[in-house]
Amino acid sequence: MADKLMTINLKVWRQDGPDRPGRLAPYTVEGVNPHMSFLEMFDLLNERLILGGEEPIEFDSDCREGICGSCSMVINGIPHGPHRGTAVCQLHMRHYKDGDTLTVEPWRANAFPLIKDLVVDRGAFDRIIAAGGFVSVNTGSAPDANSLPVEKAKSDAAFDFAACIGCGACVAACPNASASLFTGAKIAHLSLYPQGEPERRRRVIAMVNQMEAEGFGDCSNHGECEAVCPKQISISAIAIMRREYVKAVVASND
Amino acid sequence: MTSSTMNNSPRLDSKVPAGPLQQKWENYLNTAKLVNPNNKRKHTILVVGTGLAGASAAATLAELGYNVRSFCIQDSARRAHSIAAQGGINAAKNYPGDGDSVWRLFYDTIKGGDYRSREANVHRLAEISNNIIDQCVAQGVPFAREYGGLLSNRSFGGAQVSRTFYARGQTGQQLLLGAYQAMERMVGAGRVKQYDRREMLDLVVVDGRARGIIVRNLATGELERHVGDAVLLCTGGYGNVYYLSTNAKNSNVTAAWRCHKRGAFFANPCFTQIHPTCIPVSGDYQSKLTLMSESLRNDGRVWVPKTAGDKRSPEQIPEEERDYYLERKYPSFGNLVPRDVASRNAKEMADHGKGVGETGMAVYLDFAESINRLGEKVISERYGNLFEMYEKITGDNPYKVPMRIYPAVHYTMGGLWVDYDLMSTVPGLFVLGEANFSDHGANRLGASALMQGLSDGYFVISHTLGNYIANTSLPKLEESNAAFADAENDSRERLATLLGIKGEKTPVHFHRELGKIMWDYVGMARNRDGLNHAIGAIGRLREEFWNNLRVPGSNDTMNKNLEFAGRIADFMELGELMARDALEREESCGGHFREEYQTEDGEALRNDDEFAFVAAWEHTGRVGEEVKHREELVFENVKLTQRSYK
Repeated sequence: MADKLMTINLKVWRQDGPDRPGRLAPYTVEGVNPHMSFLEMFDLLNERLILGGEEPIEFDSDCREGICGSCSMVINGIPHGPHRGTAVCQLHMRHYKDGDTLTVEPWRANAFPLIKDLVVDRGAFDRIIAAGGFVSVNTGSAPDANSLPVEKAKSDAAFDFAACIGCGACVAACPNASASLFTGAKIAHLSLYPQGEPERRRRVIAMVNQMEAEGFGDCSNHGECEAVCPKQISISAIAIMRREYVKAVVASND
Repeated sequence: MTSSTMNNSPRLDSKVPAGPLQQKWENYLNTAKLVNPNNKRKHTILVVGTGLAGASAAATLAELGYNVRSFCIQDSARRAHSIAAQGGINAAKNYPGDGDSVWRLFYDTIKGGDYRSREANVHRLAEISNNIIDQCVAQGVPFAREYGGLLSNRSFGGAQVSRTFYARGQTGQQLLLGAYQAMERMVGAGRVKQYDRREMLDLVVVDGRARGIIVRNLATGELERHVGDAVLLCTGGYGNVYYLSTNAKNSNVTAAWRCHKRGAFFANPCFTQIHPTCIPVSGDYQSKLTLMSESLRNDGRVWVPKTAGDKRSPEQIPEEERDYYLERKYPSFGNLVPRDVASRNAKEMADHGKGVGETGMAVYLDFAESINRLGEKVISERYGNLFEMYEKITGDNPYKVPMRIYPAVHYTMGGLWVDYDLMSTVPGLFVLGEANFSDHGANRLGASALMQGLSDGYFVISHTLGNYIANTSLPKLEESNAAFADAENDSRERLATLLGIKGEKTPVHFHRELGKIMWDYVGMARNRDGLNHAIGAIGRLREEFWNNLRVPGSNDTMNKNLEFAGRIADFMELGELMARDALEREESCGGHFREEYQTEDGEALRNDDEFAFVAAWEHTGRVGEEVKHREELVFENVKLTQRSYK
């Protein structure tokens, strides 16, 4: 590669365990190829740390193509870094300059307890889905797939919400650490589909209650969640969730 | 054949039911033993892996009343690598009315697999395909639809009908979330207990039956014992043996390999799929490769310059100086030839100096003609997210310049041997999805992996597991049982050994070295000398690994390098077996191309008289001394022909 290699200065959150003190530790990474992804730069740094007898930085990552939702780094205060619609695994170093200094921290929220370094526990999201983020249809009991037509526009809109990868950037970006975009996206997806209709009231109440029980904050319309979402899920999901919630509560008072 | 081969081995009873092909599964369902609904909850089933196969199995078994424990290495079940499947899922619905049928899907899959799979399993898969679509739609999976509100289909490689259902370029994500949500529903109902960040390190066999697993809690390092009445291994494929592949970073063979060492035969390990449309390698820092869905070949045209060494940029190369080689060589299938054929042709072009891009290891996939014909909006609706992904990685805009693509390791057809019930050679150990070998022969067709994972998990295992449980006496076991203590001890010692070497080279170093050997000698084209070289080179690398590995940190905390090291150790043993399997399969078929065995025009040349069998390897205590067992493949319904896509 003819491209000029860069030197990147990092300040990375290091914390040995959940109840241990944490700190920002400085690292200088030389020889960064601009075509590297952000995580590949971390791979490079970790190789050097191991060879130098230090412990590497733990971080979550898996698919490295922006779909599994594992990666979770806050770069200079922004979850997944500066590019819209991009998970940190898809962020490439060509967007940075030689000599840049970057601060890298984990998702921070009470509902996402820290495990080590940049790794947090996002189990709360699973529990929100388990509370109601599904259609109750046992295997083998489904009618023919084309027996219920779905308006294309609705189906496309539902897909836009269903594209959520559950990474938790919305929570990390929110000043209240609210999980409303995540929860609202699933509610919006299923409320736009006729298959989701029979359970819509029970679903929204159960999921919203679980979200509160997990310790996520309330939504106060900052819009940071939408801005950082790697799948660009619209904040209208939250409006749909609220509408569904009010309808469900009113209906249950009938 | 070597002396260590068992022809038509008695250990490999496929248990295919009697009767005509079309009635075998029905006959099975009519005669399988059932477990009383009240008794199901007394049985604990351990499901390892939460991809399409694992999540759908866990959900379905819990719905039926079994007590399920589900394990995954990720921090959430929703992140299993099925999530990354892009293009679609096949089914024989024939909604487009273009002549599809269960028979055609069966036939295309057998033929696409180059006649190295079991007829009865593949026919069952084709029969079940339609139920999968019904199930997923009922869950709210947002498949693509037409304006009339009905489901939309597209075509995929190796088929002349449009039978692929899709959800933009994120079909795997939507299907997996459907299965995950079904499983979470059962978690909420208390019928599935979910164990995240757990890696299976061993299988516990008691009185000859799989009765439990040892897992490591990846957040804390603790080892745990789990007792069950059956173990379902749904842990995916082993493509990461090549280091660079389209698999997720954490996809690995360890759980399957541990089972192999406890008695599960490993079948056809050399059958690996190199996917033709991936973003090319750009540098040695690269940690993985990214697939561009095969569906792109519906509207993209593959070409290279006619003249070797032509380094002009694509727009400067006039139409008459371009070679649309797939359309030229295969006029009836054109750009939609099966993956193995497309991949080998790309390699051939690069070998002849016609490759494009900086490295010369790429070919063009050009959408200009489709954009002219259909407009940018239609192309964007079909492939928008793929185009974006391409641009993010390469910095090029595929609406304006042709994509550069090259083959990369993507899928492994080989896996643990299973019978018709999906049970391995260890009674009580069932293997589902990509982790087994069963349905794709020597080459998998596009959009068939999702079909198989969900078929196994939603519709097959519920019946075959019940039959096993109902026919088997399973005495109650405690975690304190000696077999569990021994297995846990083995795992602990192995971890300590890895940490104790304290050498000079990192786990990733060894993985990268292994990958180079595998790609160069056990990759797209193989030959006797290369395979023998690979066996020697892997052996030397393994020795160096156990003497010069450096794993940082300790066992009592999260330590990803310790995880990697254990997986690489297993990959090295598997890699050697793959080379041996490839060496002894003296024919070319599907993804396994032996340079010595090709037709005059360079196509794979099968040898059905000598090699129409499944090679299933038995571990005998030492790597390199595995015994090969043969399951002869019997074709009663299809005629074996030389595949032709011309």
